[in-house]
Amino acid sequence: MSTKQAPPTTSIPAVVGTPTSSISTAATGKRFGLRRFWPQYVAIAPFYVLFLVFGLFPIVFSIVLSFTDWDGVGSPAFVGLAQYQYLLGDPRFWNAVANTFLIWIMSTVPMLFLALVLAFLLHGNIRGKGLYRVAYFIPNVTSMVAMAIVFGSVFSDGFGLVNAALRALGADPVGWLSSYWGIKVTISVMVIWRWTGYNAIIYLAGLQSISTELYDAAKVDGANTWQIFSRITVPLLRPVILFTVITSTIGGLGLFTEPQILFNGQAVGGPDEAGMTIVLYQYEQAFNQFDFGYGSAIAWMLFIFSVVFAIINWRLLSERDGLKTPRRLRTPRAVRTAPKGVDA
Amino acid sequence: MTATPTTTNTAAALGRPGAAADQPDDHRRGPAHGWVGRLVTHVCLIVGVVLSIFPFYWLLVMSTSTNAEIFGYPPSLWFGGNALANVASVFSNVDMLRALLNTVIVAGGTAVLVMLFDSLAAFAFAKYEFPFKRSLFTVMLATFLVPGSLSLVPSFVLMAHLGWIGGLQALIVPGAANAFGIFLLRQFATGSIPNEVIDSARVDGAGFFRTWWSIAVPMLRGGLAFLGIFTFITAWNDYVWPLIVLIDPKGQTLQVALAGLSSVNATDLGAVMAGAVISVFPLIGVFIIGSRHFIANIAAGALKG
Repeated sequence: MSTKQAPPTTSIPAVVGTPTSSISTAATGKRFGLRRFWPQYVAIAPFYVLFLVFGLFPIVFSIVLSFTDWDGVGSPAFVGLAQYQYLLGDPRFWNAVANTFLIWIMSTVPMLFLALVLAFLLHGNIRGKGLYRVAYFIPNVTSMVAMAIVFGSVFSDGFGLVNAALRALGADPVGWLSSYWGIKVTISVMVIWRWTGYNAIIYLAGLQSISTELYDAAKVDGANTWQIFSRITVPLLRPVILFTVITSTIGGLGLFTEPQILFNGQAVGGPDEAGMTIVLYQYEQAFNQFDFGYGSAIAWMLFIFSVVFAIINWRLLSERDGLKTPRRLRTPRAVRTAPKGVDA
Repeated sequence: MTATPTTTNTAAALGRPGAAADQPDDHRRGPAHGWVGRLVTHVCLIVGVVLSIFPFYWLLVMSTSTNAEIFGYPPSLWFGGNALANVASVFSNVDMLRALLNTVIVAGGTAVLVMLFDSLAAFAFAKYEFPFKRSLFTVMLATFLVPGSLSLVPSFVLMAHLGWIGGLQALIVPGAANAFGIFLLRQFATGSIPNEVIDSARVDGAGFFRTWWSIAVPMLRGGLAFLGIFTFITAWNDYVWPLIVLIDPKGQTLQVALAGLSSVNATDLGAVMAGAVISVFPLIGVFIIGSRHFIANIAAGALKG
């Protein structure tokens, strides 16, 4: 985090200032200037071309599609806001919304807490730290299709390991793949399994940028481990926590593979659609029912949810202590002053 | 005009990239003091490791068991002797070799193109001035915010118009350059390529592209390796988009083929698990080879982003 604090601007311009060219030439003779910079434009062009064709165009097209009724054959029929009107009154959609948010909360809260604890334990002079980090990170680089199949058998109502263990203990089996809450717990467990290590590694890096002196001072003052954790570690990690909450929100709202694979070959979303998520519903409407217009409308509602949530996250986590992490990019400001210095 | 004002500062800038995650440890830091504290810490951490590794173990157990063993009670907790039969069953149902080859082409092709295009753009952004540079960079960062699921339907329609449905290029081309990689490599390039070196290359008559190839690429090796492995892993595991685009059973990637296998052959779970082993374990090898780089960079990227 120390890297984030704005450095004294005085010394920076010289570092960033590049010797090759300057903006002032461009300002005086624009046409000549632009041609002079062709290698740089060629170098950055692939990203922008690809983004225009495969990023921006589909998004604009998706707005248009959401105002139409189209099954992919023939030409789309313009229906105005009818898709959105239908969406607002569609109980299957709102069920998917409720499922998505429930699973998001049931997975994110324990996941980020466990990740913080793991990072806290790993921090410090622990033997075998490198091995621990690799072991915790492996779930994150693993195919979720394969692992959803594995979790599907571990949590199977009939032959699953979890119910077998419950049976051995004399308890009643749970409908992990058939009941409203069982399905949500199973999906949440998969998300927690996959992302706890990832978040722990990020928290660990955050911890390592906190000054040692703070811990020493706290220990001198007689603080115990829990007090250090809750009064020093968590507050100082706030920007990093904000990052993980935002990524978890994006991931949680986009949840698809886990529920899709879990009920692969059955009705989409499982019994009573208790595992139906927003993106899964979008997929089902667009690519099983070939209702492209409605699928696009669902996508746009999801986008609105994401934006609202991003804003709420940001407010909640940054406001409390006076926003210590303004996301001002320091380089642009520095570069702007650079050419003058170099040219003079 | 050369480097007189920069000399002192470049040294400071050099030390920065990627270093955030690995700092020397301080003995007094952290919760573990005394052997009891250490013991408790290790016990907790090992429980975590067991939970994180167990699904892989269970995958191997099931992939070596007969279906009777998998569906029976009590479940057998140790490897069975049916591995070969399960693998044979996978190959009789799905063309796994073809799927493996397709996946390697997609993941490898995407990784190579991403390293090429992202390093070119990152080098230009980090080390050169050109008109509209800042606006273009801001636009690029803004594309981070665009969620992928927003455009599944229109992208599918676009691919249909291009005639790319069922083709591997539908997976490779759209992901051939990305904002994440450009941003990451730019961080590396800003810190690790001294302006003096670029200057002297220019004095020697090297143009932009030769400077990129002979100076930037070698100096960005670490960042490029990470970006390549990261892209490879992401493309290997990608599922939603390939599921939508790859409608031809012969042109599927491992993930799509595996999902198909599990929906059609739900009763032959041993074979499904053997297929899952093929899709999971090569990638874990790739990850472990690059793990040091990988973990440090994921963390550093998060802190900077």
